[in-house]
Amino acid sequence: MSDRFFPDGMPPPLADATTLPWWQALCQHRLVVQRCAACGQTRLPPAPLCPECRSGDSDWKELSGRGEVYTYTIVHRPIAAGQKLPYVIAVIALEGAEGVRMISNLVGVEPEAVAIGLPVELVWEDMSAELALPRFRPVVPSPPSPLERHDSGPCSARR
Amino acid sequence: MGRPRAQIVGVGETRYTRWGKIGDVTEHALACQAIQRAVADAGLSIDDVDGLASFADDRNEAVFLAAELGLPALRFANMVWMPGGGGGCAAVANAAMAVETGQAEVVVVYRSLCQGQFFRFGTGGVDASAPASPKPPTLQQASSLMLASMGFAMPYGLLMAAAAYALPTRRHMHLYGTTSEQLGRIAVTFREHASRNPRAVMGGRAMTLEDHQASPMIADPHRLFDCCLESDGACAVVVTTLERARNLAKRPVEILASEQGAPKGYAFGPFTNANIADALYATGGCEEMASRLFGKAGAGAGDIDVAQIYDHFTGCVLLQLEDYGFCKRGEGGPFVESGVLSWPNGSLPTNTHGGSLSEAYIHGLNHVVEGVRSLRGESTCPVEGAEVCLVTSAACVPSSALLLGRR
Repeated sequence: MSDRFFPDGMPPPLADATTLPWWQALCQHRLVVQRCAACGQTRLPPAPLCPECRSGDSDWKELSGRGEVYTYTIVHRPIAAGQKLPYVIAVIALEGAEGVRMISNLVGVEPEAVAIGLPVELVWEDMSAELALPRFRPVVPSPPSPLERHDSGPCSARR
Repeated sequence: MGRPRAQIVGVGETRYTRWGKIGDVTEHALACQAIQRAVADAGLSIDDVDGLASFADDRNEAVFLAAELGLPALRFANMVWMPGGGGGCAAVANAAMAVETGQAEVVVVYRSLCQGQFFRFGTGGVDASAPASPKPPTLQQASSLMLASMGFAMPYGLLMAAAAYALPTRRHMHLYGTTSEQLGRIAVTFREHASRNPRAVMGGRAMTLEDHQASPMIADPHRLFDCCLESDGACAVVVTTLERARNLAKRPVEILASEQGAPKGYAFGPFTNANIADALYATGGCEEMASRLFGKAGAGAGDIDVAQIYDHFTGCVLLQLEDYGFCKRGEGGPFVESGVLSWPNGSLPTNTHGGSLSEAYIHGLNHVVEGVRSLRGESTCPVEGAEVCLVTSAACVPSSALLLGRR
């Protein structure tokens, strides 16, 4: 038991042969998306065919790990015992892959400071020898509480 | 009008209770009970039934139910792929196709839920009250395409439907200024309808907008009272040919049109798929399907007298009202605030039984049951002279819908 985002005992991540290379890249701390070798369209989750041109050829494009919050929810109910509440699930629009988003968590941010459009960057959490998970934190420090922000003009400009 | 049209001739249900309250009867026995009641309502005998139809997430295989019920012959046993709540209307449509094409003559659609006897939806099989497992998480082999897809949601704690469907609703709030009070108006309206319905689990529990606003946050923006109930119970719907329907116990209800639909790239919807097209993300995903449905019947949103709209969450109701064209995109908030969904004075009385939010959560097959009752004049919130009823299945997943008409 540790400073992990979630306690142990959460349902395990699951992969099949199509998605396995994506998970293996995570283990090397590389966030990738699948790219169609024929038309260049990027996609996530990995899939056998490009849904645009139906080519089965693809390679992997590594991303910067930056992005912005597309939508989110703040969850107040635990899944596993010992879970820190509330926690933030966010859909992140990823920089460098047009229209590609992923589900993840926001860390290092007060729930009240979460907003759609918030710029975020990737942070790795090593789960075990064979698993690392990408989570995201705000690129700028989260703004102070609304009360303080009201009094200090320069800080509010950061939002 | 040359096309043969299937008719719904019987509906029935068991008692509805809170989650886990039915422990003395198995889930499949409860299904048999609901089927027997629906068949009796039609004035038919179990010996007349030659088909059974259901939809995804059903533990009660039709072949076993046929044996338990003693059906003389099972000629049609059918299951919809659309996920759980998205497939109820499609199961009725499949029953209709079966009787219209002579695969069977009398098909019963059923759903039975005794969650307390199995596991609770949305937990991923984890008991939050048990001590944490000492094992650190590792990558495991997905045993299905669905689970491989869930791999992109589960590691981030996205297991509860309340959290998953909060995602499109939150974006809708961001884009259009939709408020929690507007969502609450939906819950309060359906609770008022339930107060007249003796079957409704929450029939005796009044709710005000203040109660809604004071209810605990589950997954922002979903408060407890934005979430549907979790129920035990079963219901069933009997479908047969027009010819067979003419001389039965009750006035038949005609299936005017049916549709299933998932937009391009939708997969399971926002629960596991963050990559739904931007134009679709903050919708229920039903807009194309709705226009095909209305097109088939030569009808439009303005022709709907009463609606039974799948209400897993208040936000999903609001998104569907836009999808089906009852109001413009983005205007769902003010639309519901105006009171249109309220019986008896609103222009679109909706979920006259109380819906999944207040009657019971039977994966929306109870919405089909209520649709039939509303056209027979049997609803506890009867809409005078109602001729056309829209029934929808779950949105924000691949969905289905029915237009029902009074004969």
